[in-house]
Amino acid sequence: MARKVSTSRRVAMSAVAWLVALLIFFPILWMFLTSFKTEADAYAVPPKFLFFHWTTENYVEVQSRVDYVLHAINSIVLAVGANIFGLILAIPAAWSMAFSPTKRTKDLLMWMLSTKMMPGAGVFMAIYFIYLRAHLLDSRWGIGFLLMMVNLPIIVWMLYTYFKEIPVDILEAARMDGASLRNEIIYVLTPMAVPGIASTMLLSVILSWNEAFWTLNLANVNAAPLTNMIASFSSPEGDFWALLSAASVLAIAPILIIGWFSQKQLVRGLTFGAVK
Amino acid sequence: MGSIELKNVRKDFGAISVINDVSFKVNDGEFTVFVGPSGCGKSTLLRLIAGLEDISSGNILIDGKDVSNVGPAQRGLAMVFQSYALYPHMTVRNNIAFALKMAKQPKNVIDEKVNKAAAILNLTDYLDRRPRQLSGGQRQRVAIGRAIVREPAAFLFDEPLSNLDAALRVQMRLEIGDLHNNLKTTMTYVTHDQVEAMTMADKIVVLNKGAVAQIGSPLELYNKPNGLFVARFIGSPTMNIVSGPAAAKRNAASIGIRPEHVDFSTSAGEWPGKVRIAEHLGADTFVYVDSDAVGPLTVRLEGEAPVKPGQTVYVTPQENRLHRFDRDGKSMA
Ligand SMILES: Nc1ncnc2c1ncn2[C@@H]1O[C@H](COP(=O)(O)OP(=O)(O)OP(=O)(O)O)[C@@H](O)[C@H]1O
Ligand SMILES: [Mg+2]
Repeated sequence: MARKVSTSRRVAMSAVAWLVALLIFFPILWMFLTSFKTEADAYAVPPKFLFFHWTTENYVEVQSRVDYVLHAINSIVLAVGANIFGLILAIPAAWSMAFSPTKRTKDLLMWMLSTKMMPGAGVFMAIYFIYLRAHLLDSRWGIGFLLMMVNLPIIVWMLYTYFKEIPVDILEAARMDGASLRNEIIYVLTPMAVPGIASTMLLSVILSWNEAFWTLNLANVNAAPLTNMIASFSSPEGDFWALLSAASVLAIAPILIIGWFSQKQLVRGLTFGAVK
Repeated sequence: MGSIELKNVRKDFGAISVINDVSFKVNDGEFTVFVGPSGCGKSTLLRLIAGLEDISSGNILIDGKDVSNVGPAQRGLAMVFQSYALYPHMTVRNNIAFALKMAKQPKNVIDEKVNKAAAILNLTDYLDRRPRQLSGGQRQRVAIGRAIVREPAAFLFDEPLSNLDAALRVQMRLEIGDLHNNLKTTMTYVTHDQVEAMTMADKIVVLNKGAVAQIGSPLELYNKPNGLFVARFIGSPTMNIVSGPAAAKRNAASIGIRPEHVDFSTSAGEWPGKVRIAEHLGADTFVYVDSDAVGPLTVRLEGEAPVKPGQTVYVTPQENRLHRFDRDGKSMA
């Protein structure tokens, strides 16, 4: 990548990059600003950008109406739990498919991906009634399990592509060097697989965090995550933009902070291991 | 000590037979080179010896002991891979030390051995770097260092220099040669490169489609190829092969003459022809001649020969250097 780039070109590229970034970031910024407005300012035409009466009353209102801490904890428990159990299943699965593939490995992978092509609504009734009978509605275990299952195909695929990138030569070199299977896994395979596992973990947490369809339909109070909380503010009495914005800011804050500190992993994860 | 003996070794991948009844012996301390066209099974043969692939039938003996069913680590061999196969997350020091750590050697012994290997290979200044911070030649040295510290019964090299540029290749070739002279350990080496094969080998094994075509010292193969395949494969530029009346006159189905074993004249000779191209390499000149009588010929002349394209020339084979082949391509006495 030691290409020479002219200064004007670099300036142009930066400008475009900033523009695109701003465009993508703008809704979040607007939501953040709106959350500090009064409802009247939120509806004002022309829109008020910075010069309005700043207030935190919306946040107070959110706190009084819902149990933010409970929903936040639910979101964390569900995302992290689904993620941990998902990885426990997905790592060995992806591992064996990458390192000792059989004739059916490709078919299996395609089949797993194909389950993602079916809309959740297609199986909603079946799952709803199973959950109803099994008393799993509105339970953390039940919802967590479902989130895990929903993301499992993606996690397995992602891990598989990462593991595939590990050169077999290196494993053979370790074998020649006298590493037992256990040492090969501990000292050679795992360190090389960790970046891939970390990226996968991040993506999986974000996917679970943002899941709304299943949580809205299967969870009510006890197991309801932040997505449910936001939804509860888009209420029958009409839309309160400022209030809704405050709820949304609270809901996405944790994931934004995590995302900010793990940008590098995240980019790798989103490009699905295609970029080295 | 490390002699390696293969007895009727076969390897099949599914229905495809890749190694077909190969038998030979590498004596202790010998430098043996496997050559052959791409896909003939050189790497597979090396991997069978290393124990990275299981043989389908036959036996492999190391120091007279049958190791056919012994795992790669227990065979006491070290392999240097074409891709180097360094551990990317470990420093050079840990790369070299890995095998010793696996063998649970004491720390001071490991340090001593690693430092010694690093000194031999000029890696002392790079011990704390990671592989990706090294040049190709340095990576290659680390791969060799990793092999040396194990003090193996034999080294197995699979085209170790093929990723290096020409100048570095010559340098590393000499370094490996020095290493062999110093350690006197058995070395088995796969290459595509004529010069590597001819200069480094005590013994060359020429493979063709998974079978041994001929085994011998470099000069034996050069002077007495047992058939057309080896005759064409060993030597550069390739031997000229001529059939038809010129061969019949000498009671053979075809005859072969190396480019360096012909008399070249601008006035008279056995095979007249026109110069197509003359390549001036400085020390040598390669002349490519189109002859109506016997087809295209390559001639190697010493020094700077004043030859021009289109010029009429005469090529005469030196009778005592002529190779004769029968209808099946086998050498005739
Ligand atoms: N795991 C495998 N499964 C099936 N066929 C294989 C396998 N490994 C090698 N082969 C086949 O065996 C033959 C010999 O391969 P090998 O790698 O030993 O060739 P080679 O002589 O080293 O070639 P090159 O000079 O190109 O490295 C090839 O035809 C190859 O396609
Ligand atoms: Mg090969």
